[in-house]
Amino acid sequence: MGGEAVSRFWREIPQRYNLIGTKCKVCNRIYFPQREVCPFCRRKSIGKMEEVKLSGRGKIVTYTIIHVPPKKFEGQAPYAVAVVELEEGVRVTSQIVDCNLDKIKIGMEVEATFRRIQDDGWTGAIYYGYKFRPVEKHEDKK
Amino acid sequence: MGKVGIVSYGAFIPIHRIKVDDIAKTWGRDGETIKKSLGVYEKSVPSLDEDTATISVEAARHALARAGINPKEIGAIYVGSESHPYAVKPTGTIVGEAIGATPSLMVADYEFACKAGTAAIQSCMALIETGMIKYGLAIGADTAQAAPGDALEYTAAAGGAAFIIGKDGVIAEINGTYSFTTDTPDFWRREGRKYPAHGGRFTGSPAYFRHIINATKCLMEKMGTKPEDYDYAVFHQPNGKFPRAVAKMLGFKEDQIKHGLLCPFIGNTYSGSSLLGLAAVLDVAKPGERILLTSYGSGAGSDSFDITVTDAIESFPKEKAPTVSQLINRKNYIDYAIYAKYRDILYWE
Ligand SMILES: [Zn+2]
Repeated sequence: MGGEAVSRFWREIPQRYNLIGTKCKVCNRIYFPQREVCPFCRRKSIGKMEEVKLSGRGKIVTYTIIHVPPKKFEGQAPYAVAVVELEEGVRVTSQIVDCNLDKIKIGMEVEATFRRIQDDGWTGAIYYGYKFRPVEKHEDKK
Repeated sequence: MGKVGIVSYGAFIPIHRIKVDDIAKTWGRDGETIKKSLGVYEKSVPSLDEDTATISVEAARHALARAGINPKEIGAIYVGSESHPYAVKPTGTIVGEAIGATPSLMVADYEFACKAGTAAIQSCMALIETGMIKYGLAIGADTAQAAPGDALEYTAAAGGAAFIIGKDGVIAEINGTYSFTTDTPDFWRREGRKYPAHGGRFTGSPAYFRHIINATKCLMEKMGTKPEDYDYAVFHQPNGKFPRAVAKMLGFKEDQIKHGLLCPFIGNTYSGSSLLGLAAVLDVAKPGERILLTSYGSGAGSDSFDITVTDAIESFPKEKAPTVSQLINRKNYIDYAIYAKYRDILYWE
């Protein structure tokens, strides 16, 4: 991969790092990835789409365990990929990390974390972004 | 607005652990003997998708969650590490973007073996004192690498801590700092090499002990304090033995160092080591309590700090992020085969 992939990744940094989506100020629907026009309000939404940072909290809607991954993810298999519905109602597809594969279930509460997504080999750029992990409760259990 | 100090802090430790016993077994060594000689039982291990940038981001986000400040008010980010993911392209740029502090921001990465994070705190202090910035973010984080079978493999670990430095809403004032630096070749890694080299026995007396003792003594002299004036003391933790020994040599007691001594359970997190210890102390400290912190970085140098906890810590929302003890207890054991895969040590240099 060369300059093309690097520049595409660079443009997507706000959504990949911080889950920045867009909200249509006409109908209040939220989109992720970002949209320039609301498919419901169409022309009425032009100039009324604003950026919104998603909470990063949600629930697993469905998931699958990947045993035969693409080459770049070989070292990580087996791993889980899930469709996560965020609090704001939008759905994202993401790897689930820091969770035993036999503990993953539909409805499980998850939160966004910051991880390496892939790199262009030993000499190329490193791409970072969100993955999801089980929600941790922050009370002490000694 | 009073003295410059810590406005907020956050920590991060990867979930995976490997037991010293498992590493010893792989190399035909006796685990009990090694545990006893190092004072370390297990160490943290990063996943394949974790590195110093991801650990720094997690720790920084935890600090911001507790601070309740606008990230755009952070005027500088300095990340101290000896395992920055890029040789050229600062980790701080990734952190700045991931916490929403860009683009009106000063950034630089620091390197000074295990003390780069405390050097970052000192730089932030100076920028705040001179009025150049309102808040500064200082991070110490590492994913330490050790050659397979090397003595350092039992302790080289991953973790980090982030500190927001400022003058507004300070939970712990920094009363003073002192650094002691010399040219001492106890441990190094040449450009382009994956694993570090070290001077064996040479790492003890002329390196770790000499620098920590001198920095700490000079700081106490400057501040007019004695060991008994401090409720807590945190020293760099390359293993479980050295910090205990140096504390004793300086006249500190076990009670003063136990809260910040994490190496036995997570290993040596290098630039994260003394700063995670400080975070663990802040997790339990009460108003008026006094903390001594001394880092150590090979090469070599020590930064020593005199810190007093303020009343603001009582209303500080610690629960908005995990405490150090919660991060230590959140763990998943892996064996040496998985460890080898995670640490890329199947690719021998
Ligand atoms: Zn709409």
